[in-house]
Amino acid sequence: MSADVELDRVTVRFGQFTAVSGASLKIAGGEFFSFLGPSGCGKTTILRTVSGFLDPSEGAVRIAGQDMTGIGPNKRPTALIFQNLALFPLMTVAENITYGLRVRGMSKADRMKKADELLSLIALPGQGGKLVSELSGGQRQRVAIARALAVEPKVLLLDEPLSALDLKLRQHMRTELRAIQQRVGITFIYITHDQGEALTMSDRIAVMNNGVIEQIGDGKVVYDAPKTAFVASFVGGNNPFPGHVSKADASGAVIDTPFGPLRGRNPMGVKAGDKAILFVRPEALRLGKGAPDATITSTVLSVAFEGNASHIFLKGAAKKDITLTVGRLERVTIPEQGVEAQVTYDPDLGLVLPEGSMARE
Amino acid sequence: MSRLLVYLIPLAVIAAFVVMARYERRLAHDPTHRGFFERNGTVLGLVFIGLVAFWMLMLVVLPYLYMVQESFHPKLVAADRGGPKDILTLDQYRSFFIQPTDGEVNTTHLWAFFFTLAISALVTFLNFAICYPLAYYMAQAGSAQKVRLLMLALIVPYWVNEILRAFSLRLLLASKGLINQMLMGVGLTDAPIDFLGNNVGLYVGLSYAYLLVMVFPLYNAIESLDKNQIEAARDLGASWFRIHKDVVIPYAKPGIASGCTMVFMLSAGSLAAPQFLGGPRTLWFTSIVYDFFFQAFNWPRGAAYAFILLAACIALVLLMLRLFKVSLGEAIK
Amino acid sequence: MSSQTINKVMIGFYVFLFFAYLFGPLLVMSVTAFNTPSYPAAYPLEGFTLDWFVKLWNHKAMMQGLVNSIIIGIGVICVSVPVGLAASIVMNQIYHRARSLYYLVTVSPVLTPGVIIGISTVIFWRDFSEMTGTRGVFYKGIVLAIFGQSSFIAAYCLLIISARLQRFDRAQEEAALDLGASYPQVFWHILLPFLKPALISAAVIAFLSSFENYNTTTFAILADKTLVTVLAGEVRQGTTPALSALAVIIIVISLLGAIAYEIMKRHEERRSAKLAEQAKRAERGELAQGPALAAPA
Repeated sequence: MSADVELDRVTVRFGQFTAVSGASLKIAGGEFFSFLGPSGCGKTTILRTVSGFLDPSEGAVRIAGQDMTGIGPNKRPTALIFQNLALFPLMTVAENITYGLRVRGMSKADRMKKADELLSLIALPGQGGKLVSELSGGQRQRVAIARALAVEPKVLLLDEPLSALDLKLRQHMRTELRAIQQRVGITFIYITHDQGEALTMSDRIAVMNNGVIEQIGDGKVVYDAPKTAFVASFVGGNNPFPGHVSKADASGAVIDTPFGPLRGRNPMGVKAGDKAILFVRPEALRLGKGAPDATITSTVLSVAFEGNASHIFLKGAAKKDITLTVGRLERVTIPEQGVEAQVTYDPDLGLVLPEGSMARE
Repeated sequence: MSRLLVYLIPLAVIAAFVVMARYERRLAHDPTHRGFFERNGTVLGLVFIGLVAFWMLMLVVLPYLYMVQESFHPKLVAADRGGPKDILTLDQYRSFFIQPTDGEVNTTHLWAFFFTLAISALVTFLNFAICYPLAYYMAQAGSAQKVRLLMLALIVPYWVNEILRAFSLRLLLASKGLINQMLMGVGLTDAPIDFLGNNVGLYVGLSYAYLLVMVFPLYNAIESLDKNQIEAARDLGASWFRIHKDVVIPYAKPGIASGCTMVFMLSAGSLAAPQFLGGPRTLWFTSIVYDFFFQAFNWPRGAAYAFILLAACIALVLLMLRLFKVSLGEAIK
Repeated sequence: MSSQTINKVMIGFYVFLFFAYLFGPLLVMSVTAFNTPSYPAAYPLEGFTLDWFVKLWNHKAMMQGLVNSIIIGIGVICVSVPVGLAASIVMNQIYHRARSLYYLVTVSPVLTPGVIIGISTVIFWRDFSEMTGTRGVFYKGIVLAIFGQSSFIAAYCLLIISARLQRFDRAQEEAALDLGASYPQVFWHILLPFLKPALISAAVIAFLSSFENYNTTTFAILADKTLVTVLAGEVRQGTTPALSALAVIIIVISLLGAIAYEIMKRHEERRSAKLAEQAKRAERGELAQGPALAAPA
């Protein structure tokens, strides 16, 4: 049983500060949907508004078509996994998992049966009698998930659940969470600032910045076809070349940069004279000479070897360096530090977007 | 009639409060706000408010206002209360300055008043001097176990009732007591020193009674000081005297203020120590209040004197706080 | 000798002096409880006797006072702990600019001299019970003592419970709500169990404070007596080693209590260390194994 979630022009204000501004979107039932953005962008606020801990100042949240305005968190068909898990330390694992059933009046015998079922689901059979403090980080995560699933919510909300775990565990849990979602089939709304998590786990992603949803789309769309400078710079590394547009039409645009004119695709329809930024991914840049409006000449500042790839840093126009990523097995000669090198790219892989604020480094 | 007015005052204050709170809330919309009854359920909410109201109104505010109010009435037999003889009067307060019996200045009571306040201040200072090194040592002692043991060692004597503690001091300091025995035995004195008669017993008793009350706030205040600051000062070459004067004491000021306030108030309001350790000529203000109640059965006058004592103590404490630039909020903690 | 060692010696000496000052009179008094002379003397030790303890047991008034003290103590627990809990919760939720004023008013009974609390309690309830015709119920020594003592003991409870309440993780309350609990259910299932240690501490402190209270009780108790007021009467009249005997009993009980507390604390520490160790082992095991749920059933 899952439900779709709709945000209808939701705005949340705290006094003078607007945390979320005009958020509108529809999440389909059974979808794994992520909100991605830096801290302070408003994603936690949206999550708490959907779960009922905050009232929107404007707009409404609808779950399965029903308006949730005025309905408290304990009456909504949602369950929230907290960032610090918020497991009940004085209760055993089984008591934690079945707490939601206890407050709904289920008998103790039935609760114990349900506990056993869920413990098998999260691969902790027979551990119901333990206290939470005896479990490892990953085990506690799973108990938190089981606790939420026990009340059979229509929507599961996850508040950066992996941020407190260490790296290896985080990678495990990504796969596990996705597996659970597909097995149970309910709508997951996931918030994170880690784009790797969002890209690997989600069906669709909403990228947020400063309370505004900048773009919604699946991983490939958000990566290959960002609509704003923020999305282009936040999701994955990117090289920005700001400047004025000298020529523009539907097929492409040319920007005047300190490196000369550079061309790219023009999906957002910028016009000549506009201020814009050309974005080229590090993996799209190649060493060597190419077309005159797709070649950059600059000095190599440093080279970093990272195992399966090398990153070459060249002097950029403004404060940001140009990053070029070369796969380990590519047949190219890595230039030395201090050398002047020429770098080129396929203009179809360059993207010209309207000027806008970019992700902070 | 005036007695009934007392009930209106707290109700008026509460009403004003609720109105103010409602108004402020309307001004700034807070999306996380949940009403009090929504947050606790109606039954629980009512129970909570009921309990707090009972406590504040019936056990604290109303009795206190009532006592103040009573101090403005003459001493009356039960039958006369509420009748024509029951008028508002300042007589009880006047009696503090001018004796009602012969119109002379009430030197005994006035002297007792100042004596009480002065000695309380002295005891406060004495306790501070005694307790500060220990509190400092405890704060730096290190392991949680050691600190806990020290605390237990401090608390255990205080589980013995203050009267028994006063009694034990009396045993020690009496003419036939151990200290006099020792002094005479060693040959330092020929005749027993009357510690109790010359009030030394009283001073020691008061100090002894409230050591704990001084140690804890000091300990808490010093404990929260970042040890690195002391290290840094030492590193820069400060002598231990300067370290305490410039680093520790200024930081611990709220704790010091808190401890001193409590010792002062408790000492001024003390009954047991002056009763059992004072000499026959000792006049302690609180004992005078006690006598008005249990010997003269003059409740209004006792109430008036009690109020005078309280007002004086509060005034002195506030003055001290202002002098040492500690705000009331900090000291309360 | 290095200055470090001199320092250590001086500090040690000072601590010793301090505790000698603290314990000295009590030790002396304890000795007199076992010494035969009818005027309590610690020196010379004339003979060992337990007579004074027997005299204590036979002291009717004191035994009656003891019973009253226990009744009042229990009464004070029943009033102060719930009131302290309610006041603490209200303080937590009150409109925050009112909080300092609320705090000031609720903690003020602690600073008020016990004398004033006792006097005001008696004066107020005398007239109030007359006005409402409840004189038989309220104007009784034991009841007034409970009321008078509770006025400031509830403040102690408030402080103790608040300290614990502030450490409550709001996320747990939210988690319970999110799972469907109503607010009263959150209170009973989550908050109260969390506060239990503080509630127990508050009850113990309430009882002990009530038991040994003198200044307030002496006014409020009217014609009745508590152990402490009887004691005061005895001390005022004369000096007998039976009182020292009482002190010895109290000291022994306190020491036993303190030792029991210390043992409990150490046991708890060992237990949580063991649990943490188990958690760490589980964590290491898990990383070695790999994802547990990746393959769909």
